[in-house]
Amino acid sequence: MALSGIQIYKLLPQTNCKDCGFPTCLAFAMKLAAKQVELSACPHVSEEAKAQLAESAAPPVRLITLKSNGHEIKVGNEVVLFRHEKTFYNKPGLFIRVRDDQPADAVKAAVAAVDAYTVGYVGMDLGLDGFAVESVSGDAATFAAAIGAVRTVSGRPLVLISKDAQVMAAGLGAVDGEQPLIYGADGDNWEAMADLAKQHKAPLAVIGSSLDELAELTEKIKGKGIEDMVLDPGGRDLSTSLVQATQIRRLSIKKNFRPLGYPIIAFPCDAGDPARESVLAAQAIAKYAGFVVLGDFSPEKVYPLLVLRENIYTDPQKPIQVQPGLYEINDPKPESPLLVTTNFSITYFSVANEVEATGIPTWLMVADAEGMSVLTAWAAGKFDAERIAKSVKTFNVEDKVSQKRIVLPGHVAVLSGELEEELPGWEVKVGPREAVDLPAFMKQVL
Amino acid sequence: MAVEIPKDTWTGEVHAVTLGAIEADGGTRTKTVTVGGEKTLPFMHFEGETPNAPVVAVEIKDRRPDDWSPLLEEAWGSAMDDPAAWAKAAEEAGADLIQLSLSLTGSDGNPTTPQAAVDAVKAVLGATGLPLLVFGPGQADLDNELLVPVAEATKGERLVLGLCEDKNYRTIAATAMANDHLVIARTAMDVNLAKQLNILISDMGLPLERILMDPTTGALGYGIEYGYSVMERLRMAALQGDAMTQLPMIVTIGIETWKTKEGKVGDGVPEAWGDWKERAINWETLTAVTLIESAADIVVLRHPESVKRVKAAVTDLMTV
Ligand code: SF4
Repeated sequence: MALSGIQIYKLLPQTNCKDCGFPTCLAFAMKLAAKQVELSACPHVSEEAKAQLAESAAPPVRLITLKSNGHEIKVGNEVVLFRHEKTFYNKPGLFIRVRDDQPADAVKAAVAAVDAYTVGYVGMDLGLDGFAVESVSGDAATFAAAIGAVRTVSGRPLVLISKDAQVMAAGLGAVDGEQPLIYGADGDNWEAMADLAKQHKAPLAVIGSSLDELAELTEKIKGKGIEDMVLDPGGRDLSTSLVQATQIRRLSIKKNFRPLGYPIIAFPCDAGDPARESVLAAQAIAKYAGFVVLGDFSPEKVYPLLVLRENIYTDPQKPIQVQPGLYEINDPKPESPLLVTTNFSITYFSVANEVEATGIPTWLMVADAEGMSVLTAWAAGKFDAERIAKSVKTFNVEDKVSQKRIVLPGHVAVLSGELEEELPGWEVKVGPREAVDLPAFMKQVL
Repeated sequence: MAVEIPKDTWTGEVHAVTLGAIEADGGTRTKTVTVGGEKTLPFMHFEGETPNAPVVAVEIKDRRPDDWSPLLEEAWGSAMDDPAAWAKAAEEAGADLIQLSLSLTGSDGNPTTPQAAVDAVKAVLGATGLPLLVFGPGQADLDNELLVPVAEATKGERLVLGLCEDKNYRTIAATAMANDHLVIARTAMDVNLAKQLNILISDMGLPLERILMDPTTGALGYGIEYGYSVMERLRMAALQGDAMTQLPMIVTIGIETWKTKEGKVGDGVPEAWGDWKERAINWETLTAVTLIESAADIVVLRHPESVKRVKAAVTDLMTV
């Protein structure tokens, strides 16, 4: 937990020598607490104070990075329990499990499909992060071969799964120079696993059956010089996993409890049933996981999860918006129809996607509604006849369209009368309430 | 190492609200359903009690709807032609509650009449012993015109009447009060708006034990994060002792999910969306479970497979 200015002051030499450029040690301490200066600006600070300050400045949930050739994923570094308090920053990595007892061709085909997968959502391309390769065979060479097979088709980061240090060593050898996650260390194998983590500079997942056991293990492993760890507290049902993840996050955020100040890895893939797996994965995304391992890949399973991850990790203070303006869809001509909507990005993309799919050349005017959806903006007075009329003028719509007709979203049908007054000489038409019904409307009515 | 788990100490709790009335209490239901009563954040069983599990209401209509997804038509089949049969099918699918949405118009295109609304409600009450929620078509005048006679014709049933909104709550709250029913107070994703409406309704004399609140949500991908965070904030306020937020929460996930393209449409969508049916059910199920984990007490769903999955998740979450 960050120290206050006064707490920092107590660690400084308190000589007010001004070498740091500040008149007093207290002034310097205040700037340090506000993160406006670096500790190194004071040449006189003791080693012990340095260590204490560094410790206190460390984030409550450690930042963990997995690296491979050309790819990198960072998780952790979170500072709140609830997204409305600030925001959740580093999206959990979604990994697909691959087993080393599958035939190499099957592994390659599955991995290639995941590697190539992207899906569009409000103007972004979403995809999966990597693979969790599991040793089922228990054989070192087989494990290394499976990892090699993955690497022939995808360069994405890996989680390597085996509790046998020899098997793990072979796996790590197959991706030398990368930073995969080693899964993992338990009460029996932790020393050997810690050695491997050190040798390969790779983060180490620690497995415990209770928080007590986990905390004990991470301290021991830290004693061997390993800083980058990930936690598996063992819960595999919705109730236990929710409670454990919440307790770990609370201990980190509220108590700055270092032994559990690491990201969590969740294994919905162990659910044994695809429906339950999806629900477990959704919980892991909303409730604090850093890595989520899915059993196999199907677009109908991962698309909802990728969208949920975007939604939970958006900044709650500012709705995602698009630039207000007059958008051209399918190369409109002056006589093409004109629709209006708001600049809430979900609203905009829902409408734009539908219109685009019709192939009908269309003008889409996006009014500045402060990033709210049609109904919310209307209720808040941010999407009314006056604002729409103003947009028509600001964006010089009259210079671009020859047909003075504007289509309102069905949810604000009540605005038609007023809008006709605001825009003399214009025809106001009411469209459907939902974007999904636009194509039918446009084909029939426009 | 013995790790000391930080426990939140809450001073407030959510009201327990009972839906439906059995014969001895003036109704005709064969069972009642109680929601709310939480003394802690969702499913934090180690620090406080969650006496009542979240429940699933299944939405049915008074006639076959014109604009529902073909997936829903396939799931309910001919039961959609008859609200009584539909209610029975919903009960068989595992519904804890039935939510009957009255249509704007009858199949002849004319506005739904009060008599037709009363008939539909009575038919559903006759077909199932589960507690019932009745929603108007969503236009203030017509809602009042239909819900008042429905409330009068079912006095004592402890139906839930929806929806009270800031511009239209008096008539519905008054008839609920006069006829021993409950109401839903719906506001637009805002803690203060929710509190204000609860104050207005309880000031009319309707006790808090007869109000559910609907803070409104979007489906996954369409604003779920707003519903998610407003519910977390409302529940925290309730546990901190803010009386006007201590009401169980209901969200209408079915309608939100099944109007999205992901739910409604199978053709002409990106291949990356995958199998239509499984995607749509995932969409509804994940929206529901995510919001249950953020504090929803009642989720209204439309597809029977989602009902099954959400109920299984609730059982799992309630296991201590
Ligand atoms: S350089 Fe260090 S010791 Fe000198 S005034 Fe600044 S903080 Fe104090």
